[in-house]
Order: sequence, then C-alpha cells, then structure tokens
Amino acid sequence: MTFLEYAPAPESTAILNLKPEYGLFIGNEFVAAEGESFSTISPATEKEIARVANASPADVDRAVAAARKAYDKTWSKLSGRDRGKYLFRIARLVQERARELAVAESLDNGKPIKESRDVDVPLVAAWFFYYAGWADKLDYAGLGGNPRSLGVAAQVIPWNFPLLMLAWKIAPALAAGNTVVLKPAETTPLTALLFAEIVQQADLPAGVVNIITGAGETGRALVNHPDVDKVAFTGSTDVGRQIARSTAGSGKKVTLELGGKAANIVFDDAPIDQAVEGIVNGIFFNQGHVCCAGSRLLVQENIHDDVVDRLKSRLSTLRLGDPLDKNTDIGAINSAEQLQRIRELSDIGEAEGAELWTAECAIPENGFWFAPTIFDNVSTSSRIAREEIFGPVLSVLTFRTPAEAIAKANNTPYGLSAGIWSDKGSRILAVADKLRAGVIWANTFNRFDPASPFGGYKESGYGREGGRHGLAAYLKGAK
Amino acid sequence: MSHIAVPKTYKLFIGGAFPRSESGRTYEVSTPKGAFLANAAKASRKDARDAIVAARGAVSGWSGATAYNRGQVLYRVAEVLEGRRAQFEDEIVRQEGVSASAARAQVDEAIDRWVWYAGWTDKFTQVAGNANPVAGPYFNLTVPEPTGVVAIIAPQDSSLLGLVSAVAPALVSGNAVVVVASEAYPLSAITLAEVLATSDLPKGVVNVLTGSPAEIAPWLASHADVNALDLVGAAALDWIDLEIAAADTLKRVYPPENGADAASPSLARITAFTETKTVWHTKALI
Repeated sequence: MTFLEYAPAPESTAILNLKPEYGLFIGNEFVAAEGESFSTISPATEKEIARVANASPADVDRAVAAARKAYDKTWSKLSGRDRGKYLFRIARLVQERARELAVAESLDNGKPIKESRDVDVPLVAAWFFYYAGWADKLDYAGLGGNPRSLGVAAQVIPWNFPLLMLAWKIAPALAAGNTVVLKPAETTPLTALLFAEIVQQADLPAGVVNIITGAGETGRALVNHPDVDKVAFTGSTDVGRQIARSTAGSGKKVTLELGGKAANIVFDDAPIDQAVEGIVNGIFFNQGHVCCAGSRLLVQENIHDDVVDRLKSRLSTLRLGDPLDKNTDIGAINSAEQLQRIRELSDIGEAEGAELWTAECAIPENGFWFAPTIFDNVSTSSRIAREEIFGPVLSVLTFRTPAEAIAKANNTPYGLSAGIWSDKGSRILAVADKLRAGVIWANTFNRFDPASPFGGYKESGYGREGGRHGLAAYLKGAK
Repeated sequence: MSHIAVPKTYKLFIGGAFPRSESGRTYEVSTPKGAFLANAAKASRKDARDAIVAARGAVSGWSGATAYNRGQVLYRVAEVLEGRRAQFEDEIVRQEGVSASAARAQVDEAIDRWVWYAGWTDKFTQVAGNANPVAGPYFNLTVPEPTGVVAIIAPQDSSLLGLVSAVAPALVSGNAVVVVASEAYPLSAITLAEVLATSDLPKGVVNVLTGSPAEIAPWLASHADVNALDLVGAAALDWIDLEIAAADTLKRVYPPENGADAASPSLARITAFTETKTVWHTKALI
C-alpha cells in the first residue's frame, strides 16, 4: 500500500430525501408541466436520480405570470427590511441543510464532495447572507437615493456550480426587490429543486421565486418572454451572443457571464510550491468546469522545466473517482456531451503538435471521466490555446519578458480572469493594470466571495455579480 | 478695401490628421433656408475602419496617462473652446438657423459641460470603485477601467452641445472615440476637431467622421475592434439592427436618447464605457 492508497470514505446519500419526480416550482408549489419529463442522472454512475419536468412555453408563461403577480402585489410593496429578513431566513436554511445540499450537488453534478461541502454550499449561504443585508440599504448602492427594482428577472444558469450560480442570481435580485423565474441547467436541476423546498420553508410570498426545469428551448422562451424586465445568464459565449441579439431593442437589462480562457502567469521569482498548487487549483478545480479556469499556463521560460515537472508529480497524486468519496480530488465530467467536447479538443491539441501528458489514474468503468491532462509547447494560435475546453486540460506556453506575458495573456477574445504569480509586489500591480480581465488573482486563484464583484471584459460578457456592483445589475436609478 | 473671405474645407479628423474621405465623396451642408454652407466630407466604410485603427492605437497611451494628466488635457480643450467661441457661435447660427443668443447659450453649456467632465477624471474611480471585505487574507480592490474603443453616433439635432455631451464622458476614463457627427450640422464637429488637435489630446483619441450615420453606423457596430457602441443619436436609424450587429462581439451598447435632456451630464455616461476590474492580492499570514 502506497501513501496514496486510501480506504474509501463515501459520504452517505441517506441524508437525501428525494422524490422520484419533480414538477415545476411556480407560486410556491410544485406543479405538473405540460411536456414529457426527463431524467437527471449521476454522471459518475449514469444512474437516474430523479425525473424532472420539461417546461413548455405555456409553462414559462405561467411562471412569468406568477412572478409578475408577486412583484406587483407583494414583493415590490414590502420594505427592504422585510425583504432582507426573508433572505436571512434562506441563508440560515441553507446552512441548516448544508450537508444534504452538498451530497445532492455532488450526486447530480459529479463534483467531489469536498468541493461542494467546503466551497459551493458555504458560499451559497454567504451569498444570501451578504445580499440580505443590502435589501434595506439600497440608497447606498451607488445609484443615488431611492433606486428602483426592475421587475421580473429571467435567470438561466449553467451546470458547473448549480446551486452557487442560483445563489449568485437569486440573492441580489430579491434583495433589490425583483421577483425571479430561474431555469437550472438540464443536467443539474436537483439542488435548485431542493432550494425550492427551502423557499417553502422560508415561507417566501408565493411567486417571488419560481424555478422551472427544461433545456435550451425553455431557456429561450424564458429569456425572450415579453413580460420579463431583466435577463441574467451564465453560460457559453455562443448562447450569450444569441441572447444579446434576441433582447436587442427590448429594453431588458441584460447581464451575461460567459466563457473564458484565463492566463495564469508564473514569473521566475514566484513562490513555486504555492504557484504549483495554484495552477492545479486553477485548472483542475471542479474538473476544469469553471469559466474563469486558469486554462493557459504562461510560465517564464527559465523555470518552465521545473514548473512542469513539479506539476506532473503533483497531478500524479490527485485522486480521481467517486464524487461522494471524501478523498476524491477529481470527480466526474458532468455529461457525455461535455466529455465528447473535451476529447475532441484534446485530440485537436495532439494533432496540432502540442505534447500531451496525462496523469496515470484508474478510470472507473461507468460514468464520464477525463484524467488530468497537460499540453506542453502549445502555440498561441493552437485551438487549445484559444478555445474554452471547460475540462481538466491545461495548455502550457512560455514567455521571457513581462511585456510578452501581458501580450500573450490578452491575446484572446475573452477577458474573464487571470492569475499572476510573483514575489514582487510592484510587478504584480503593474501587470494587473495591463491585463484585460475582470477578475485577477495575485498569488492565488479561483477565489470567490459574495463581497467581490465577478464578471468579464470583452466577449466574456458584461455586468458584474457579487459585491455592490452585483446589486446594481438588478436596480435602476430613480429619475 | 474689402476682404474676399477664405472659406475652410471641412474634412474628416482621423489619427490627428484632417484627411478628405478616401472615397472622394462630399455632401452639401446648407442653412435651414437652403443657402450653401460647405461641402463636408462624406465618410466611407474605409474611413470608418481607418478611424478605428487610429483609435485602437491611441487607447494604451490615453488610458495609461495619469488621471491628473487626462484632466488637464480635457480642461485645456475647454480653454481652447472658449477662445474660439465666436467661430462656434457663428457656425451654430448658420447651421441651425437659431438666434445669436441661443447659439451663445449652446456654446456656454458645451464649455461648462466639458469642464464638468474634465474634473471627473481623477474622481470617478473613487466613486465607482471600492475595497471589498472578502472572508480571507486578501487585499481585494475593484476599480473601473476604460472599455477601449467607443464608437458614438452623436445626437443629430444639435451641432456642438450634443457632440460634446457624447464625446467628453467617454474620454474621461481613457477610452478612444470614433464619433459620427450630426449629418445636418457637421461643421461644429470639424471645428471641435481643430480644438482637440491643438489641446494636447494625443492623436487618435478622438476621430470625427462626417457623412451619413445610416451608412457608417453598421460598419462601426459590426467591427470586431470596437468595444462599445453609443447609440445616443441613433434614434432615427435602424438602431435595433445595429444592436444586433454589435452582439456578435458582445459590445457594450448604450441605447438612443430622445428629448431635450438627451445625453445630459451624468456619472452613468462615464461608467457606461468602463469595465470593472477586481484584483485579489494575497496577504501574508503573520
């Protein structure tokens, strides 16, 4: 037995009390949808977890009507103080049910339980707690006195951080006085449906939060619904473009949090051990299913060999497998489609001449898996240096001078995030100034906090989530 | 002896120079009563693209200048504007057919508004940015930065004030601008360009196109090196199509404004053309 061998330590699913089938959550009740239901599976086992409803355009109508009614009749008339109290309740209920939510998230999404338990769910509670306190302080949000809510918000979220993205969307929207219709991703609806139960437990006025499940068609119908005042979307740049087109001229306020191809820049004076941990966390956190993932490693040429060697030996210690096992570092790829996309781009990387290295690890028989992978000697024009892979694949490029690092880092249509590793504070500040990205981590990576604005430059979208700026996305100034 | 006037040829303003349209085209500008005023340059798609190249080249210098320096340069623009007010008043009277006092009032407001924006360069960051108290050992700061190249369709019903109201706020944070002037009143735009050219504003920071907004705007909206599109003066155009074209590269789009207080001075017009950058710095655990 080597030091890497551990006895399995799976988190029990006994804490879950799932229903075999979930309807749509409209007006604080689960109601049947018009269309056929579909199943949500565990990507680690491919076994069905539950069946969920597929909302039709008529169902979307119902949900938007419920949100409109709640906005007109109750929520917009409540004081900020009272809205805040509902949000505080939600934060507490999330904390109370934290373990259950973490297990459900890992089951449905495939992410390691230690991530859902220690990152996702605690941040969900923190997000509601943070914005709860804003609800009665909107005069200080930076839009002048008496800012107004927008109305009904249509929110469409991705599958990589299902419950956390829900919190990023719902908490500021409700604090600002809007009501919402939220659609979780079709592969990860489970925790949103558990959240619906939390909404019931918090006794939120009916219709303030509506959760409808479905695929792209449902999302389109929701975003393009004429009675929607605000659209908030997190997902691919392609869909973001479609939304920007379809909402043009509608007067809807739109925030888009889209793709990324972040550079993680490592200078030769960086604290190498921390940098290696940061690179690993930057791209292999959540199987690389992170829009702000540090997918392009830009390492100064003279330390390239050392850094890559250390990366390989570190990656060889990562444990891939059962997401519910507390020892697991790398969980399952969320879906067969995503796995196919990762494989495709990985094949292209090889064909384009980059050097492939893959961590040796046993791949479970069932489910969707992709071993941590590094491509070395990647050229800036290579597709794996330009396109978002959204998987555990790191592309390594080198640079000699800070100016070259900056030029390469900015050589992308995206601009979501970036990392800088250096022991020299003045260099970090100067490089951070020049990087065209919305979030920059210096000597750290993939940090999130409800007080800290998150969002991109250029084709990574517009608008911010988190902090005071995230609140402004759901308000308009009094006129 | 009487003096025979020497009329000015009104040309474009691109990269600090005053070229004619590469297309060789001009269009006639007249008084409201139909009297000839000038043959203004009618900018083409190529002119628009040249202007974007010039603007892109100017972004790093202008956005990299200190806020104090940008403030001083913009204030100097107001000084030079004041010194040439007689020419602006004369052109406004002739283009718009308004009274001398109305023209004077428009120039007064244009100068004052420019000064108001000049004063924002070293302040808007403090108002639009903030420190973030994150739960961990990090120094976390959010600051606004210029978006980059901003294409503007200037208000069409105003010669000078509309133009100033749209251009000045975009410059505050360090953006470079390509502006399509009022089609009917383009003379003030070119005279303003002469002011800008002699106010220490680096070349390419503002580029002025005259001609048909309906013809030029689609090229600006779809150009991949434009970061933001200000449609403030585009109400009469097919502006929804422009917004759709802008979606291809996810440009920031500011919608048309109508009425007397269109493009009225606001912090929002400055921050509309900024990006929000948040930097996390680690703190040592000591």
